[in-house]
Parts: sequence; C-alpha cells; structure tokens
Amino acid sequence: MIANFGFGVLFITFLVTVYSVFAAIYGDRKQIPAMVESARRAMLLTWPLLTLTAGVLIYLLVNNHYEVQFVYEVTSRSMPTYLKVTAWWGGQAGSLLFWSWLMSAFASLVTLRKWDRDREFLPWVIVVACVTMAFFIGMNVFFENPFAQLYQTTAGIEPHTFHPANSILFTPQDGRGLNPLLRHPGMIIHPPMLYLGFVSFVIPYAFAFAALITGRTDDRWIRLTRRWALWAWLFLSFGLVLGSRWAYDVLGWGGFWGWDPVEIAAFMPWLTGTAFLHSVMIQEKRGMLKHWNMLLVILTYDLVIFGTFLTRSGVLSSVHAFAQSAIGPLFFGFIGLTLITSVALIIYRWNSLKSETVMTSMLSREALFLLNNLLFMSILVVCFWGVIFPLISELFTGQKVTVGPPFYERATAPLFAALMLLMGIAPLSAWGHSTVKTLGRAIWKPTIGAVAITALLFVTYTHHIGALIGFFLIALVILVTIYEYLRGAYARQKGQGENIFTALWTLTGRNRRRYGGYIIHLSMMLMAIGIIGIESFQVETQGRIGVGESLKLSNYTVTYRELASWDDQPKGVNYTRAVVDIYRNGIYLGQLHPRRDYYYDSQQAMTIPGERATLRDDLYVLLIDWEPASTTGATFKIFVNPLINWLWLGSFIFLAGIIIAAWPEKEMERVAVPVRRTIQQTSAAD
Amino acid sequence: MKAIYNSQSLRITDHYEVSLRNKLFLATLFALSLGFIANFTASAQGPTPTDDEVNRIAKQLYCPVCESTPLDVCPTEACRQWRDLIRTMLSDGKSEAEIKQYFVEQYGARVLAEPPNRLVAYLVPAVAILLGALLLFRGFRMWMKPSITEAGAVKPDAKPSQDPYVARLEEELKKRK
Repeated sequence: MIANFGFGVLFITFLVTVYSVFAAIYGDRKQIPAMVESARRAMLLTWPLLTLTAGVLIYLLVNNHYEVQFVYEVTSRSMPTYLKVTAWWGGQAGSLLFWSWLMSAFASLVTLRKWDRDREFLPWVIVVACVTMAFFIGMNVFFENPFAQLYQTTAGIEPHTFHPANSILFTPQDGRGLNPLLRHPGMIIHPPMLYLGFVSFVIPYAFAFAALITGRTDDRWIRLTRRWALWAWLFLSFGLVLGSRWAYDVLGWGGFWGWDPVEIAAFMPWLTGTAFLHSVMIQEKRGMLKHWNMLLVILTYDLVIFGTFLTRSGVLSSVHAFAQSAIGPLFFGFIGLTLITSVALIIYRWNSLKSETVMTSMLSREALFLLNNLLFMSILVVCFWGVIFPLISELFTGQKVTVGPPFYERATAPLFAALMLLMGIAPLSAWGHSTVKTLGRAIWKPTIGAVAITALLFVTYTHHIGALIGFFLIALVILVTIYEYLRGAYARQKGQGENIFTALWTLTGRNRRRYGGYIIHLSMMLMAIGIIGIESFQVETQGRIGVGESLKLSNYTVTYRELASWDDQPKGVNYTRAVVDIYRNGIYLGQLHPRRDYYYDSQQAMTIPGERATLRDDLYVLLIDWEPASTTGATFKIFVNPLINWLWLGSFIFLAGIIIAAWPEKEMERVAVPVRRTIQQTSAAD
Repeated sequence: MKAIYNSQSLRITDHYEVSLRNKLFLATLFALSLGFIANFTASAQGPTPTDDEVNRIAKQLYCPVCESTPLDVCPTEACRQWRDLIRTMLSDGKSEAEIKQYFVEQYGARVLAEPPNRLVAYLVPAVAILLGALLLFRGFRMWMKPSITEAGAVKPDAKPSQDPYVARLEEELKKRK
C-alpha cells in the first residue's frame, strides 16, 4: 500500500517534469511568459514531490518492509537505522532516485536566483534540467522501480509494480543486507559527494545549451555558470578522494586506485571539467575558444550521464550484459541524442562564436592553457579507450580481454608528467604575449632550485629514475608557484607599501580564483608525492607465521601476538582480530589490529587493515588467513607504502584551495574592506 | 544459511556481489582446479614456493570470474584455489611464462592484465592524441597569421613607463573588482 503510494508520487513527478519541458518550449516559442512561469513552477514542484517519494522509500527501508524488492536487497534486520537510511543509495533503483532528487534540488536552486537580466535563458535551462530529470525518473518508473513488490505467482517469486492476477504478496523474514563494503563511513559519504558533483555539472550545461539555442552566445553564460562549475568540481574531486580513501581502507589490496572502469567513469567528467575550468579563463580574458568551451561543457554533461550509468550497472563487463540490460541502450540513446543535438547547435551558431582576438604568441598563457586542454583530453582519450576496449574486442574478435593498471599507467604517466611541466611554466607566462626570453628570465631560479632538490634526493633517498623525474617536476611546480606568489606580494609591498603578510592576504583576497588555483596546484603536487611514492616504492610480503614469530619487510618487523574471534549477535557480524607488535629498526612502535569482519546476512567478509600512518610511509597489515582450530598460525600480508599520506594531506589543502576560489563574492567584499582603503590611500597619495 | 526463496529470480543490483549463478560456476571451477592440483601435487618436487613468489605471478593475472580484480588480492575461495594452483605449478618447476600461458589457455586472454594485442590497444589513443596535437598546432598557425600582418595593431600589454610585471599584476587585480 505505502509502496504503491510511493510509486504513484514518483509517476506524478515524472508527468510534472514532462509537462515542464513542453510548457517551457511552448511558452518560449509562442512568447507566453505565463507558460514559462508555469513551467518554472512545475519544476519547483519536483523537489517536494521527490522528497516525498524518497521519504516513502526511507520509511520502507527503516521499517523492514521486505516485501519491497529493493528493501529486501539492501537492508536486513540487524542493520542500524542510519545504515538503513543510507541504503537508499546502496542499490541501482534507489541511487537513480537519489540522483533525481539531488538534480531537482539543484534545478530549484537555480530558479531561485534573479532572472531579470537573463529572462531568455530561463525556459531553456528548465528544458535541460527537466529533460534530464524526466530521463532519470522515467528509468525509475519504467525499468528500475524501487517500489516493486515481491509476489508469489505460479512461476515463482517475482517482483512486480502492480499486483498480478493469481498471486499473493510475499514477505521474506529478513533482507539480504547491504554489502558490507558499502557499510563503511567513506562509502556512505562518497556516493552523495560524487552525485553532487555529477548533478551540479548539469547546470553549466543547461546554461550553455540555453545560450546556444537563444543565440545569446556572449560570455554571459560563462559568467553565470563558472561558480557552479567550481562547486561541481569541488564535489566531484571530494567524491573521488573519498572513494580512493575508502578503497585504501576497505578493499584490502594496499592501494587506493585500481583503474577500475567504475573509478574511471567518475574520473572522466573530472578531466573535462578541469579542462573547462582552465579554458574558460581564456574566453573571459581574451574572448577566444568559445566553441571549445561549449564542447567541453557538453562532453562533461554526457560523461556525467555515462558515469552515473557505469558506476551503477556494471554492464561494461561484456557485450551480452549490455544487450541484456534494459537500461543500457536507453542510456546510450540519451547520451547520443543530447550529444548530437548540442553539437548540431554549436555548428548552427558557429559564426557567432568566433573569437574576438587572435593568438599572438605560442608561449602566451592562452596558448599554454590550450596545451593543458590537449593533455587533459589526451588522458580522457586513454581512459575512454581503456574502458571501451574490452567491449570492442569482444564485439569484433569475440575475445574477452582485460585492460588493467599497466595499460593506464604506461599510457598516462607521460601525459601527467607533461601536465606537471606545464603547471610549472604556465603561471609565469603572460596573457597575450610571452617570449622565450621573458619566460626564461622568470623560470631559471625555480629550475635551479628544483635541480638542487632532485640532486639531494638522488643522494639521500632514491635512484629510481621515474620517481626522480616526478620529484623534479613537483619541486619545479612548488617553487614556481611560491615564487609567483611571493613575486606578486613583493611587488605589492613595494608599490602599495603593505607589509608582506598583508600583501599576501590582499593578493589572495583580490584574485581568489588565481591564488586559490595556485593553492590547488600546490595541493596537487603534494598528492603527486603520495602517488609517486606508492607507485614507485611500494613493497609487500606475505607469509604464514606462528605466535611469537615475525615477518620482516623494509625496516619493519611485524610479530604475531594473538588472535581472537567473536560474534556480535545484534549486528550479525563475526570479528576475527589479530594483534601484532610492530618494530622499526628494532625499536618497538606499538600494536596493530588487522581483522576480518564476516557479515552473516550478506555472507560476505571484509578485510580491515591495521595501519600505521606517518609522512614517511604507511605500514599496512592485512590478516589473510588463520587456523580456525587453534591460534597457532596466521597468514599476514604486509605493505609498506612510502609517502602515501602526502596524498591525503594534499587532498585537505586541495579542498581549502577550491573553497577559496569558489567562495561567493559577497563574502569577499566584507574581507576586502581594508583592502579598498589602502587602495584609496595610495591613489590619494598619487 | 537463509535461503528463504530462490534468489535467482531476483536481479542483483549491486555490482560488488557475485550472483548465485556465478557461485555455482565457481564451484564447478573449483572442482576442476582441485583436480589439477591433485595432478600436480602427485608429481610435486622441490621446496614449497613462498607466498611472495606465488603473489608475484598472481599479481599479473586477473581473477577469471570477478570483475577487474587481480588474482593476488581476490578474497574468494576460488581465487585461493587458483593461487594454490600457481604454487603447485611453481614447485613443479614451471616458469612464470608457462604458468601464465596455462591460465590463458584455460580461461582466455581476459586473465591477463593487458590485452594480448598491445599494438591496437596503444595505437588508437596514440593516433588520436597526435591528431589532436596536430589540430592544435594548425590552430596556432592559423591564429597567429593575422597577428603577423597586423603586428602594429597588437596593443602592448603594459604601460612602458612602469615595470611591465607590476603593471600587469595591478591591471589584473583591477579587472577582478
């Protein structure tokens, strides 16, 4: 009954979004503002409606309504209430609804802004937002109904939306329970973050589409959406980092990124989004590359749809899985349709998107930004090709193949290195014009510094060539960024008579996008230290040891002390926990507790590592196996992951950088009051 | 075990899970590999290889049933048996290449971390990237041509009286206002 109510509300929401699309188009074509207003209000209605739908689903999840197929699949009686709520996005049907719910929230937020200056965009922003929502809600209504109930029919137990004839409702005693991997706090926050990033990238696309269709192709759409894009990028980046951390803590293979198609699916819109955030500056400063920016936004949007689809369906495993899945072809149809429509619109508006200025130098900042875009797109090409290659291979040769980390690492490493080199050079070049001479004058000091640091590392730390190249580039970027920062501050100090700290503060406050960007560059380099560390220097060993015996790895010694196994009845979990002593160069450091959690409801186990984290390295101990009868022997796998914690450290600074760059302007004006005074003072002094 | 009803009739929505059908498949594979193990142990000789030696090879192989999981970390029972199989083959004196070859013959090329036809895998993105670079380079040439003819029309970025860097910085800060 309640489930039927939920489905009813969902279906009405679907009709509302479809109505909104047609009302907006009709109102715009016939110039009836009341129609457009009606479409806007219909769109505003979707959020309360979807919230109600979600409320019903959460009610069912929390109250053990196992006659509902979705509830049966993702929850069980032993799960705590908060996990039952978050199980909302633990399965495909629920996560599609979650997507639509977030999307409707963002769409509503957008319509709440003042539209006086941009009236003509409104109907088309509504169209894009509501077509996207209608697509996702339609998926839920017609293919992945979260409210489908289980019925006992003559053919067996089947899920149905409506009560079939000659059947009775079937209520299982207990649900199957959420996959234990998804019960980790990281996994609870990670999907919402990723989805927030995904849906907020729809907004820039909606404005780009509106600009194309109305012919108002000046920079207005970019100004309206650049902050949206930054926030979208923040959420997406945060989602990726959380996902990596989750993988590191839960998947138990000593790494954070496995080049899994699901990971790559979330990484691809991040690549185009990052390229867009850079190339948008060229359009703002120089009025160039308008076609390209449009294309990037469109690509990002379609990669978002592609990513949502991939992360949830797993259909890329084989051609057959794809063909059998009802939603696969629909997703691809939708992506194809939006891509073709948008690209056709770009071609239609080609002339009005012509550049206002010309490129004057191959070393100018805009030229280097273009190179940056080329590199991001190249990484995208590698990723996309790697993801679809198994499908292509199976389709044409019938041979199933795997494209694993070796391919991606080999193919992207030079591209990432080139990107870092660019990160070191580009901040020093000027808009419009730069020459080898001007660049050379700016870069020689940081280069000497970077060479010195690399030489020091060669002597004291490593002879690994790849890592040394990486460290050289990191040092170069960090030195250039700091140099550029200080140069700006120093110039202001001389020119404006500010002390160096005020000058630094003023610089950041007055051009937060640039200096926030520099902080992001710095944080990326810290993250790169971690990545190079684990990629180049990770060591591992595995062995079976008795109590009191030890395994040695690198400078560490791990001694097996004891093992205990017990049941947590209310939670339905069995814990097996080992205690090991750890020593570094013979000095006792403490104990670690690697364990294995076995969940009875879902019959799955989770390997939780014992970790000791320092900036030098991570000691990561896994309990692989043990003798159930006695506690005499257990198998441990040990990783030493050098420098990995720089990755997590960098990700915090990264967040700070984006927030500095994306914080709304109003806030800034308050901070900027003393700044304005100093400017007035100096202008008075002039 | 809580087999309340036949779970095969339900679609599995979670991609982390292995469906019942797969489990049956796994069980069959088990039986097969156990047979092989018995075969190899019969002729086993030499010292037992260490876990590290086994993992060094397992790392390069992909679990034939689970999606994108290297064999050295796959927690399923079937993969444990496969690792034991590698150990047995090693103690039997088989080389790394021979073991990999054996897995490819048994389970297909998908057990390798990379497609066997590496040329196609690497060539396509490389060509695409080169094309992109070429396009960009041509774009540069095209954009720069007018600037050569109208060289005089290009406005200088900074006032000549000031240090150009300071002027540029101030100008950019003003623009941001």
